Amino acid sequence: MPPELLIRGGRVVDPASGTDATLDVLVRDGVIAATGPSLEARGARVIDAKGLVVTPGFVDLHAHLREPGFEQKGTIATETLAALRGGFTTVCAMPNTLPAPDSAPVVEALLERIARDARARVFPIGCVTRRREGKELAEIGELAASGCVALSDDGSPVADAGLMRRALELAGAAGLVLSEHSDDPVLNAGGVMNEGRVSERLGLKGQPVAAEVTAIARNIALCETSGARLHLAHVSTARSVELVAEAKSRGLPVTCEVTPSHLFLTEDAVFGAGDEPAYDTAAKINPPLRTEADRLALLRALDAGVIDAIATDHAPHAREDKLCEFDLAAPGLSCFETTLGTVMTLVTRGELDFAAAIAALTVNPARAFTLDARVPGLGTLRPGAPGDITIFDPAARWTVDVTRFVSKGRNSALDGTTLTGQVRYVVTGGALAFEMEAAYA
Amino acid sequence: MLELSELHQETRTEEAVAWHRKDLLDTDCLSPAEIELVMETAAAMDEVRSRPVGKVATLRGCTVVTLFYEQSTRTRASFEVAAKAMGADVVNMTASGSSVEKGESLIDTVRTLEAIGADVVVMRHGRSGAPYLAARNTSASIVNGGDGTHAHPTQALLDLYTMRRHVGDLAGKKVVIVGDILHSRVARSNIWTLMAQGAEVVLCGPATLLPRTLAATGERGSCTVTTNFDDAVEGADVVMALRMQKERQQGGLIASIRDYIRGYQLNSARLDRARPGALVMHPGPMNEGIEIAPEVAHGLASVIEEQVSNGVSVRMAVLYLLTAGRRAHAA
Amino acid sequence: MNGEQLLGPDEITRSLRRLAHEIVENNRGTEKLVLVGLLTRGYTLAHRLAALIAEFEGAAIPVGRLDIGLYRDDIGQRAIPPRLRPSEIPAPIDGATVVLVDDVLFTGRSIRAALDALVDFGRPARVRLAVLVDRGHRELPIRPDFVGKNIPTALFQSVEVRLHEVDGDDGVFVLGTEVTHARAQ
Repeated sequence: MPPELLIRGGRVVDPASGTDATLDVLVRDGVIAATGPSLEARGARVIDAKGLVVTPGFVDLHAHLREPGFEQKGTIATETLAALRGGFTTVCAMPNTLPAPDSAPVVEALLERIARDARARVFPIGCVTRRREGKELAEIGELAASGCVALSDDGSPVADAGLMRRALELAGAAGLVLSEHSDDPVLNAGGVMNEGRVSERLGLKGQPVAAEVTAIARNIALCETSGARLHLAHVSTARSVELVAEAKSRGLPVTCEVTPSHLFLTEDAVFGAGDEPAYDTAAKINPPLRTEADRLALLRALDAGVIDAIATDHAPHAREDKLCEFDLAAPGLSCFETTLGTVMTLVTRGELDFAAAIAALTVNPARAFTLDARVPGLGTLRPGAPGDITIFDPAARWTVDVTRFVSKGRNSALDGTTLTGQVRYVVTGGALAFEMEAAYA
Repeated sequence: MLELSELHQETRTEEAVAWHRKDLLDTDCLSPAEIELVMETAAAMDEVRSRPVGKVATLRGCTVVTLFYEQSTRTRASFEVAAKAMGADVVNMTASGSSVEKGESLIDTVRTLEAIGADVVVMRHGRSGAPYLAARNTSASIVNGGDGTHAHPTQALLDLYTMRRHVGDLAGKKVVIVGDILHSRVARSNIWTLMAQGAEVVLCGPATLLPRTLAATGERGSCTVTTNFDDAVEGADVVMALRMQKERQQGGLIASIRDYIRGYQLNSARLDRARPGALVMHPGPMNEGIEIAPEVAHGLASVIEEQVSNGVSVRMAVLYLLTAGRRAHAA
Repeated sequence: MNGEQLLGPDEITRSLRRLAHEIVENNRGTEKLVLVGLLTRGYTLAHRLAALIAEFEGAAIPVGRLDIGLYRDDIGQRAIPPRLRPSEIPAPIDGATVVLVDDVLFTGRSIRAALDALVDFGRPARVRLAVLVDRGHRELPIRPDFVGKNIPTALFQSVEVRLHEVDGDDGVFVLGTEVTHARAQ
């Protein structure tokens, strides 16, 4: 066991208990021992957190670690280190790997790799259908038993409504949440960015808002009779969150997440900042970056608790995956290392409520996937909770430099952007796991 | 013909209008002065082509590569004739039968062409934005010869050149572009040049092929969209029909070619509603009897063949402007 | 206008008048004579010469204009491409006497380009060169046939011809002094 750790004098924010005060946090035997004013611990290692914010370690419901199968883009080792650097101590790994975790043996092999290489807590998400092909259901009961915390076919929406209905019923019985990338592949066919002003200007095939909205409406309707918990991955439109709000108001077990990219950027990022279009592949993501009106609606929905979680959709890619024609570029951003910066920049601008943002990074995602049932106290700082703590400077201004990413993916749309808010220390299992080098500004 | 008095007005301002661009990717970034420079240079090229020796050696030692990822006989031939009339060496490359087919990336291809001495790469590509990627990754000049459904700047410039020869100043003139606007790079590039001239652009086509956000009000001109061709053509000074690809019917974007003809074919009845003497244009290749009736395509108002001829002069002008100052942007 | 005035309006007119007479004399009349001015001021001067010839000979001499931009030997070495305007040769030059007209003869490179341009229009029987000012410093074996005024200059200096049709007034100026030269170095 590591020595005791005393985090002294920080602004402790624990949304689960409503705490927001200058306090000390004592970690002993890998778990939170106490939170209170002027704690004493002789012999404990002390972290001076004066002027810093101390929160439960961030929980990410949606990340792509790429291993196995796409190690040129990222590995469990590199991407979980990137997660730590971003303040994430718990990561749910999406199943778009090769092989995809659609059966117990694949999940078991994955858990072995995780046990060997992961620097943060990693929970696997299993497939809804075999090989994520949307044709035959995966063995959902077996996936639950082998340790998957949720089901998803990731970027391949379950297009067949009948199949989706059965998947939800089985997921419900197995006690797993189904995280769905809600999208209509027919409406979206060939689309590479949001359909609208910019796509028509650039001559790029658009992804209409209706493709996401109709799929969300369908999935909510199917959820209603299934008894399963439905989680809507990375909602991106104003209309999407209206549907979620309505479902929640009727008491349906529906949760949803938003990515920092959709909170921070719009479709204009594809055009770029210049007079001439950039066709910036770094801003290609699925679902696409939408309009400013959508972005503002997502921020409001997060403040209002309609959106439960900020999930990174961290998607590292190799250089050549993005250094190509826009149509052919791989979607997704490497954003573990910029998420807190984007969130705190939004808070600083007054666009996002601080307490809502911290809840959406900690206790709310833990509850959405019932991770706190597996690891009691996960996402909180209550005594007995895991010693997973993120300590960040809420006011530090720094400029994103992708060459300093520890993620293999340098594919950020924020390279060169100055952000506010930077992780300073990350504690996992009661031990200091990461300390930001002082020079990064 | 240039009058002496006109000549005198432009003297001592020679350095004021300058071409500093490495590439020609679209018309959207061209200032009115740059467009004027292209028009003026194209007029000089017209004169060169009218001489007994219709070519010059200005670009001798200069290598122009046509890199075509899509089939095109007209645009490629036009660029090739233009380059040769300027004395350049021309190398033609197609995607099929080249390293492109073996999976070479666009960037590698363009860098290879630069390494073998290409000064200008004229590029036709099926993906919107591809020439921008190429231009960022080579010091060779990239000319966009049509990218996906995005832009076709030399077509827009030759269209403008042709219109100005017949209509003169386009300020306040009504230019109707009819057809598959959604997939038309010609329409997109024309919007920018025509609006810069103060023209009133009307984009017209079936609702499924009409991108409504292209409507805009510029500093001078405007661009509106409508599905009603009969109304749109009323009082038009120029009517440009776009090629209607038969695949659009299979894609379900139009009900049938017959249905399209009924609503959007440029025929003599519709042309009668335009201003007397209105110009008929088409970027080619034409589907006669579909988007344009044969009697209109070959009628007195048609300048479709002249467009093709002017295309050579305009492309000579573009090649000249991009290469004659190459040292400057290479630095 | 800064710089030292070398010729005033009257001196320019007197020089042109003499040039006009020399041209006609050399051609033994006005038959098959075509004046071709280099754009811009050479063309203006060609018009003046034609008007003078018309005055004393009563004959209209065709005046053409030549843009030499496409024939320069420094294409690709300049910061910006030279502006081009259409050339126009209003009469056939095959077998004619073409008199190229320019304002200042300096290195000779413009005239070299003009000769190249001219042959694209036909095959003159002979080509003559008339200039208002010859400032020396030839870099090519080119020699004027008719000279308004020889003005020895230093390389660092520049000669500017102003013509009222173009510039609002007439005058020939030398710009650049020993002082500015020293500073430039």
